[in-house]
Amino acid sequence: MILRRIDKKQPSEFKFSKNNLSWAKKQIAKYPQDRQQSAVIPLLYRAQEQEGWVSKPAIEEIAKMLKMAPIRVYEVASFYFMFHLSPVGEKAHIQVCGTTPCMLRGSEKLVEICKKRISKKQKELSSDGKLSWEEVECIGACSNSPVVQVGSDYYEDLSEESFVNLLDKLIDGNPEPGSRKKRFSSEPEGFFKSSKFKIEEKTNASVKLFLEKPFSTDRKK
Amino acid sequence: MENNLRKIIIDDQEVGVNPAMTILQACEHINKEIPRFCYHERLSIAGNCRMCLVEVVGGPPKPMASCALQVKDLRPGPNGEPPVIKTNSKMVKKAREGVMEFLLINHPLDCPICDQGGECDLQDQAIAFGVDFSRYTEPKRAVLDVDLGPLVETHMTRCISCTRCVRFVTEVAGIPEMGQIGRGENSEITSYLGKTLKSELQGNIIDLCPVGALTSKPYAFTARPWELTKTNCIDIMDALGSNIRIDSKGKKIMRILPRNHDGINEEWLSDKSRFIWDGLNKQRLDAPYVRNEEGKLKVSSWSEAFDVILKKINKSSKILALAGDLVSVETLFSTKELIRNLGGRTECRIFNACIPPNDRALYAGTAPITAINDSEIIFIIGSNPRVESPVLNARIRSSWLKGAEVNLIGENSDLTYGYNHLGTNLIELDKIIKNNGKFYKNRKVLIILGQGIFCRTDGYEALEVVKKFKETLSAELISLHVAASRVGAMDLNFVSDSDYKSTVDWSDVILNIGMDEYEIPDDKFVIYQGSHGDRGANRADVILPSCAFSEESGIFMNTEGRPQLSLKACEKIGNARENWAIIRALSEKLDCTLEYNNLDELRKKLFSEYPIFASLDKVKSNSWVKSTKFTKNCLKVDLKNIWSDHYLTNPIARSSNIMATLSKNNKEIYNKKVKS
Repeated sequence: MILRRIDKKQPSEFKFSKNNLSWAKKQIAKYPQDRQQSAVIPLLYRAQEQEGWVSKPAIEEIAKMLKMAPIRVYEVASFYFMFHLSPVGEKAHIQVCGTTPCMLRGSEKLVEICKKRISKKQKELSSDGKLSWEEVECIGACSNSPVVQVGSDYYEDLSEESFVNLLDKLIDGNPEPGSRKKRFSSEPEGFFKSSKFKIEEKTNASVKLFLEKPFSTDRKK
Repeated sequence: MENNLRKIIIDDQEVGVNPAMTILQACEHINKEIPRFCYHERLSIAGNCRMCLVEVVGGPPKPMASCALQVKDLRPGPNGEPPVIKTNSKMVKKAREGVMEFLLINHPLDCPICDQGGECDLQDQAIAFGVDFSRYTEPKRAVLDVDLGPLVETHMTRCISCTRCVRFVTEVAGIPEMGQIGRGENSEITSYLGKTLKSELQGNIIDLCPVGALTSKPYAFTARPWELTKTNCIDIMDALGSNIRIDSKGKKIMRILPRNHDGINEEWLSDKSRFIWDGLNKQRLDAPYVRNEEGKLKVSSWSEAFDVILKKINKSSKILALAGDLVSVETLFSTKELIRNLGGRTECRIFNACIPPNDRALYAGTAPITAINDSEIIFIIGSNPRVESPVLNARIRSSWLKGAEVNLIGENSDLTYGYNHLGTNLIELDKIIKNNGKFYKNRKVLIILGQGIFCRTDGYEALEVVKKFKETLSAELISLHVAASRVGAMDLNFVSDSDYKSTVDWSDVILNIGMDEYEIPDDKFVIYQGSHGDRGANRADVILPSCAFSEESGIFMNTEGRPQLSLKACEKIGNARENWAIIRALSEKLDCTLEYNNLDELRKKLFSEYPIFASLDKVKSNSWVKSTKFTKNCLKVDLKNIWSDHYLTNPIARSSNIMATLSKNNKEIYNKKVKS
């Protein structure tokens, strides 16, 4: 753990897109009079989804929207590791789970690939600026380990080959999340072949959500 | 109230306390000392240093932070016995030792080069509650220092994250510009992205810091607290009369600190009052000067200077004494007696200030400063209290935080709290008078009357509007002066019968006692008596060097009419003499010797003629003089604040390098206008 400071290079301004702004106003309206600053975390996260990271102008814009001092917003943004205070890959920021189950199932190899393919250090951009990576603590998908998270999608049951393949696809497009071993969710491998239990859906709910409602341009991964 | 008390037992001692109190306050109530770092009486409760742990018997099986636990939350025993608190048990001792060990893990052992050494809470409490060994062998944390400006020096590695400074600038100073970023071991106290502090009260975070993380930049490495002589004085940078302690080493003043006075400055002090001491050693008049034929001021002796004065003053000369902003009551009293003997006039209402003599309820107000605390509606008329008295402004802010409504009439400016701007002239007041104050009935209304009303040509008319307004709302009134000497001079009736301008025109010899703020016409013979070579000395024909406020004892009447005694902190400079002694010597030369030979005798005479000065530290209630009719013409005139620059308002401040730097740094914030 190191203290994360806000990046030295800052954009000149930040503005919520039209959709995000109306969403943010709804969030603010949830809270009673004079308690609007409770919406600071949702707003910061939406700003991050829009821009990829939380910049100084974003902090100041949100502080203005919530009538807070900028330092108060900065305190929140610097407290939570899930807020990125420096730019992340333009296409994807890959969060590799490194906690015990994933480590036992080979996440260290994924980290090696990240170091080779993306950048030597975590949270640094790749040479083309398209990818960046970091190792994170348990993201709660242990039975599908090793897992990486990109935005709000999980890519599970990764091997070295499938991970390299995934990185290529992330640069070009929007690969489908879920198990790389064709598991439905976290059932034992080959469970549906060997049991009478049948399932009608082709994909699990989170993959379905991805297929049905890909993020609009307002929200990057 | 007696019935509401809750019984608790603290270390076998049964005590009845208000259930809203915290356990720490209850312990203090019976003189049990609880160590603490983050807790501070005048700030919100954070509960993050964990030093104040106590044992709650029958409560959760862990030590509890006594600063954040209220008495009403304690559970009684199984048979309804009062709850039991232990502050000295084995568990408490072990817990405190543990907390202290954690605090010291990352605290550098640099006490020998730390300015806080000798007055450090961490040092004291490590001796009282810590252990004498360390089990920590891992590398220590280091934190980058932040630049907070020319006043506060930072050594952030020493910081124990008590957040007192963050809470102070947010709550009291009202400028949220500091915060704690990061988390866990990596959290840091910092200003927002390297910005320097802008508050006029920032010096207080030096006092608040329990360790040496925030220290005074101008005082850095100059003295140790145990070498300093401490003298109780009164601050004269504004008219609030903040209680200060001047720490001196030999002849030199090393620093100025606030003293607690609940009625005036609580325990805060503005930066101007705290950091002007370098101005007391610069630009000093240390010998008499006489202007020679070539028009140049030349050093002379006291007898020479007096000879020149004697030649100028005769029976027919019309002599006028002017009172400056920083003069003590004793000086003015002796001056007044001298001038009375010479048949001259006196004036303290410099530059046409319209202050009616004998109307003490108007110029000293009808309420003490503490009335701000419990008023529901505050009208600030013709003043920017943030500039004119930052500590008073902090009190208004705390009242605003509690829900008081603040209305401002006058120049729009950033006061660190929200207010309704009711225009820049008195038309709005007239409207309220006309509808008989119907929106303000049965509310506690307080008027803070600034120099914007007093210092205008039609001031007496405007004052009648304010008086009528006060009567309509049956409000209390506080007059906010900016000159430390003003109320005292008014009480001495140090005024002439006509106004300032015609009195000056009438005179041909002017005895100028430290008045540096306004020009004196060219055709007068001017004797300047003062401590600093400033505008007044520049215009003088004879200069009589006198002591600054720190070098002589004196009484100062503050803006609410509270006389306070300031003691002599250090020796006079060069050939300078005490102010009253110069007047006494002059009186002897002029054959009208004043009948006192020392300050005690002077004070005896002063107290017998003006008993109000004898009741030190008491605020007398004043009887109200009814308002008279006013004409509409004065309503349309815009109110102007008297000061635009907080930092350069008197000769001492103008001689100070620190004040010059602050003034430069803060130019833009005073010019910034805000929307109301």
